Amino acid sequence: MIGNLKGIAASGGVAIGKAFLMIEPDLTITKTTIGSKEAEVTKFYEAVNAAKLELEKIRKRAEIDLGSENAAIFDAHLLVLSDPELLGAVEGKINDKAMNAEAALQETADTFIIMFEQLDNEYMRERAADIRDVTKRVIAKLLNVEIPNLGLIDEEVIIVAEDLAPSDTAQLNRAFAKGFTTNMGGRTSHSAIMARSLEIPAVVGTKSVTATIKPGDLIIVDGDNGEVIINPDADVIERYKAKRSEQEAEKQALLLLKNKQTITQDGIHVEVAANIGTPKDVAGVLENGGEGIGLYRTEFLYMERDSLPTEEEQFQAYKQVLEQMGDKPVVVRTLDIGGDKHLPYLDLPEEMNPFLGFRAIRLCLEEQTIFRTQLRALLRASNFGNLKIMFPMIATLEEFREAKGLLQEEKELLHQEGIFVSEDIEIGIMVEIPSTAVLADQFAQEVDFFSVGTNDLIQYTMAADRMNESVAHLYQPYHPAILRLIKMVIDAAHAHKKWAGMCGEMAGDSIAIPLLLGLGLDEFSMSAPSMLKARKQINQLSQAKMKQLVETALTMQTSEQVKQYVKETLKI
Amino acid sequence: MANHTYTVIAESGIHARPASGIVQIASKYVSDIFMEYKEKKVNLKSILGVMSLGIGQGASISIFAEGTDQQEAVEAIESYLKSEGIIEL
Repeated sequence: MIGNLKGIAASGGVAIGKAFLMIEPDLTITKTTIGSKEAEVTKFYEAVNAAKLELEKIRKRAEIDLGSENAAIFDAHLLVLSDPELLGAVEGKINDKAMNAEAALQETADTFIIMFEQLDNEYMRERAADIRDVTKRVIAKLLNVEIPNLGLIDEEVIIVAEDLAPSDTAQLNRAFAKGFTTNMGGRTSHSAIMARSLEIPAVVGTKSVTATIKPGDLIIVDGDNGEVIINPDADVIERYKAKRSEQEAEKQALLLLKNKQTITQDGIHVEVAANIGTPKDVAGVLENGGEGIGLYRTEFLYMERDSLPTEEEQFQAYKQVLEQMGDKPVVVRTLDIGGDKHLPYLDLPEEMNPFLGFRAIRLCLEEQTIFRTQLRALLRASNFGNLKIMFPMIATLEEFREAKGLLQEEKELLHQEGIFVSEDIEIGIMVEIPSTAVLADQFAQEVDFFSVGTNDLIQYTMAADRMNESVAHLYQPYHPAILRLIKMVIDAAHAHKKWAGMCGEMAGDSIAIPLLLGLGLDEFSMSAPSMLKARKQINQLSQAKMKQLVETALTMQTSEQVKQYVKETLKI
Repeated sequence: MANHTYTVIAESGIHARPASGIVQIASKYVSDIFMEYKEKKVNLKSILGVMSLGIGQGASISIFAEGTDQQEAVEAIESYLKSEGIIEL
């Protein structure tokens, strides 16, 4: 078909390419009797070999991307496909009962799956899932259908999916995945955040891309306007190609600022830093001239797996980030789970108001073993770079003191073990709850820094759930109430000779940047691709003039007035 | 027939990774090689067989082989299990 679909502009830029559909194929099998047993056995082994080749490819990819430890799981998968007991049983069923290969395989696999599920060892029970996975791959080969796998893409495509899990987006290879579009998701969903950090154009929340687009359709993803164009005519393609080249040229020009500092017209240096989710993202930070990492979200270490990450796994991840960043500051946020983010293995109760519930620091102070493991890993990693630790969702001074106390305790325990850690770790908090912004002057006496998390600060200040579309209009970053709260935080920090940063969406927004500069913000942390643009903008502004601008803005009544005023004054 | 009995000392027993190692080694030999645990005997060239034993720490296991290269086979598996810290001689 030809046509347009409207969605949410999740990540800017234009991508043009062939659609790659991520849809689970129908693997229903029917039990039939067959003619030639010999032919069926051959067919079975051909499918097994094809599945093996595919697994080898995935294994190789996983080894490069995730390390040999994680790739080892595919070794076990490969061995299952060489297993004489399994293969022998399938062959037996084909020969003795004249069963078709797929039914024989399913029946054999089910026997093993049941056997594994009955073992009294949880680890072994989980291996049943591996057998299921491997069986599915061979059955797909026998039925001649494809199981789409992001790790196997080796040509330029645009991914079309129901939704993309963090593990999917982590597998995306930028060389081949030129863009993506999904049925579900919003601007702040994980896939959207990942798309921005990978600098891949994305349109999410289209509701129907998977139903409308066919594999191989030529599609255009316009990540600036939130549009997906299906099988467009030559004129439209040309127009978008021109737009893409223009964006490319603009990007090249910005790259000239890569190794420059961020300094205003009147000589004030501020720091432009990046928000990251995994050690892999550091490459993008350095490519885009980041002066530091203002937010390292550690949740991804805990998500998409069956158990808590060990201290060693965490230590390796933190160390990797710190080492790559050298002397540049890295602010690591401790576990921020709960709310809209869940861990399947933690079994947290469903809540009526998850955003107002048992999450982040609240959960960590309760589940101290989890928290202490992370703190130990962080402390050990501190020897490898410029680490700063930040606690999320702090609502009261007591919470901060307790968290800091636990950190101190773990530090002493490490000392007793003969492990010495950096003595210059700054300890700060995320300011996302209005109570903390209001008492910022008291917090400023005890913290080393603040980082304003605007996504949550706005939703809590406006009492509007940011996941609820009906109240999305109340997500107003330029609202004078928000600006005044941010002012309180920055002023309090400066009065106590501390620094204040921002790691929420607002820090990279071209309307907000002049206002924040005027308020005296010291560090702007955003998605990596936004950094150079922000640097260019800040380099052209004078802080003294922005002070006057924001003073006027603070007296205004509505978000819209502030926005119009900034736009008109600065001609943007 | 070559036959040996060992005690598993590894805290996590014989999981997927060591099981893969054992099967890869066993598959190099022509002899039939078996592992026995709690009166259950499995083919050591079968990853599903080895894993289905669910061998944990403290288990007493026997390995035996029959064929032209039975001695070498048992020795190779034994030295692998030792180097991986799964058994102690």
